[in-house]
Amino acid sequence: MMEAVTSPLGGLRARGVSMASAAVVYVLLLAAAVTLLVGSLESTRFATLTVSGVAVGAAYGSLALALVLIYRATHVVNFAQGELGMATTYVAYQLIQWGLSYWEAFFATLAIAFVLGAAIQTLLIRPVQHRSVIGAVIVTVGLFILIDGIVNWIWGSGIRFLRSPFGGGSFDVGGVQIQHLYVGMFGVVFACVVLVWALFRVTKLGLGMRAAALRPAAAALVGVRVEWMLALGWGLAAVLGAVAGLMYEPTQLFLTPTLMQQALVFAFAAAVLGGLESPGGAMVGGLAIGVFLELLAGYLPQVVSLEVPFAFAVLLAILLVKPAGLFGRREVSRV
Amino acid sequence: MTALLELEDVEARYGPVHALHGVSLAVEEGSVVAVLGPNGAGKTTTLRAVSGTVRRSGRITFAGRSLGRLGPDAVARLGVAHVPEGRGTFAELTVWENLRLGGYTRRGSIQPELERVFTYFPWLSERRRQPAATLSGGEQQMLALARAFVHRPRLLLLDEPSLGLAPVLVAELFRIVRDLNEEEGLTVLVVEQNAHLALQAADSGYVLEAGRVALAGTSAELRADDSVRRSYLGY
Repeated sequence: MMEAVTSPLGGLRARGVSMASAAVVYVLLLAAAVTLLVGSLESTRFATLTVSGVAVGAAYGSLALALVLIYRATHVVNFAQGELGMATTYVAYQLIQWGLSYWEAFFATLAIAFVLGAAIQTLLIRPVQHRSVIGAVIVTVGLFILIDGIVNWIWGSGIRFLRSPFGGGSFDVGGVQIQHLYVGMFGVVFACVVLVWALFRVTKLGLGMRAAALRPAAAALVGVRVEWMLALGWGLAAVLGAVAGLMYEPTQLFLTPTLMQQALVFAFAAAVLGGLESPGGAMVGGLAIGVFLELLAGYLPQVVSLEVPFAFAVLLAILLVKPAGLFGRREVSRV
Repeated sequence: MTALLELEDVEARYGPVHALHGVSLAVEEGSVVAVLGPNGAGKTTTLRAVSGTVRRSGRITFAGRSLGRLGPDAVARLGVAHVPEGRGTFAELTVWENLRLGGYTRRGSIQPELERVFTYFPWLSERRRQPAATLSGGEQQMLALARAFVHRPRLLLLDEPSLGLAPVLVAELFRIVRDLNEEEGLTVLVVEQNAHLALQAADSGYVLEAGRVALAGTSAELRADDSVRRSYLGY
């Protein structure tokens, strides 16, 4: 009925193009994976860099996923996401100082992050968001500064040390030394991402959250508490940010209030690379950026200071060439 | 007998534009009530006032509770299912996910409701894994209705169900609504351009004009009324 009115040929052509471009993306990713594998088999140095890149990339991916969760639901880019992850890492540090074990502090911190994220949405974002998305984005910029100020005020700008939860050992895989840290980082991020994915895909609550993000008005009509779902989404994003902060911290020499500032830039690049609307894309983007930066730093140490400009270049290139990202779909609405 | 839904002097507006100027109507439990009227008379707004998707004032009571300050999600949880004009399905979600959202406010299994819905719409069961966007306009309208049935509402608000549907499907849709009304006592408030169909399915009706109730009566009375015949039935 409706199909008969819209041109079926146009529809087919559009679908054909998007399938072809999806195929190109998968071929590119496969080629990248094969290159990494062959390189790793050829050279232990390449393998070591790839492994650490994957681990650090997982942390970027987690932060990127937090950005994507909020963007999908509200079209707000949360500039405070990184600082929130940094602040919660300090919370974990404090809890450990007070005598909790690392993992007790880890889970307590995730709970605190959840409450913090939901509270920020309810108290600061919600009143502004109805009026304008850009207003809410500016609030997140303010939050960035506020959180930074609070952390500096409580803990100071000096360096702190957070013990790595995975120890300093390493596995020997065919002559390649793989640090326990990297395996642990990747495992923890992977587990958290799978849990979040399952929440969205399997549970009724997750379905309600997706409905609220896709069509708030229609979701309210079936009884979904849309505002609660948005608060929940911010809470979950804060949890992912906390995981990113806690897992990223051991790769730095020490904990300072600037912990996540570079990571946020890389996470933005990862999210845009994957497509701002695509959770899977955010993770793939994170891994890609992580591995690429690690190889860059390993083989061209003289350009290490160009990491951040490089991330911006990726952002710019993606926005110019393929604004929807690798896995995003261009928004098409049938009128 | 008190009505399941009662509107008393309800006003509503979109920004500065008044859409309802004091509408009063009653819907008895177990009845089908039609709202007729020309474009812009406030038919859709009347439904939206009930479900809380427009700002309104005046008294709206549902099952003895005032709906005045409740938002759409709270009204839905009280047992009101609103099928808005133009489908209102989640195109990005699968057919099954759409149906499950219909049962969002219900605790426990929605299996009995799903099975009942699949007896009315067998094709939904076969296509439950497809995104709703791949359905035709008519199928999406049916899905929206099926989703409302899974809700098991006490009151169903139907807005222009015939819009964009083939005549065969419209007849089918009204037959299902009538069946559910007779077999399960479902109460329905339906807005419909097609007055002929609406008065066939409804027990009583209201005619809105410029945001006010111009005429009210049983379907038979309305069918017999000269002005209704001339303006809406066309003979």
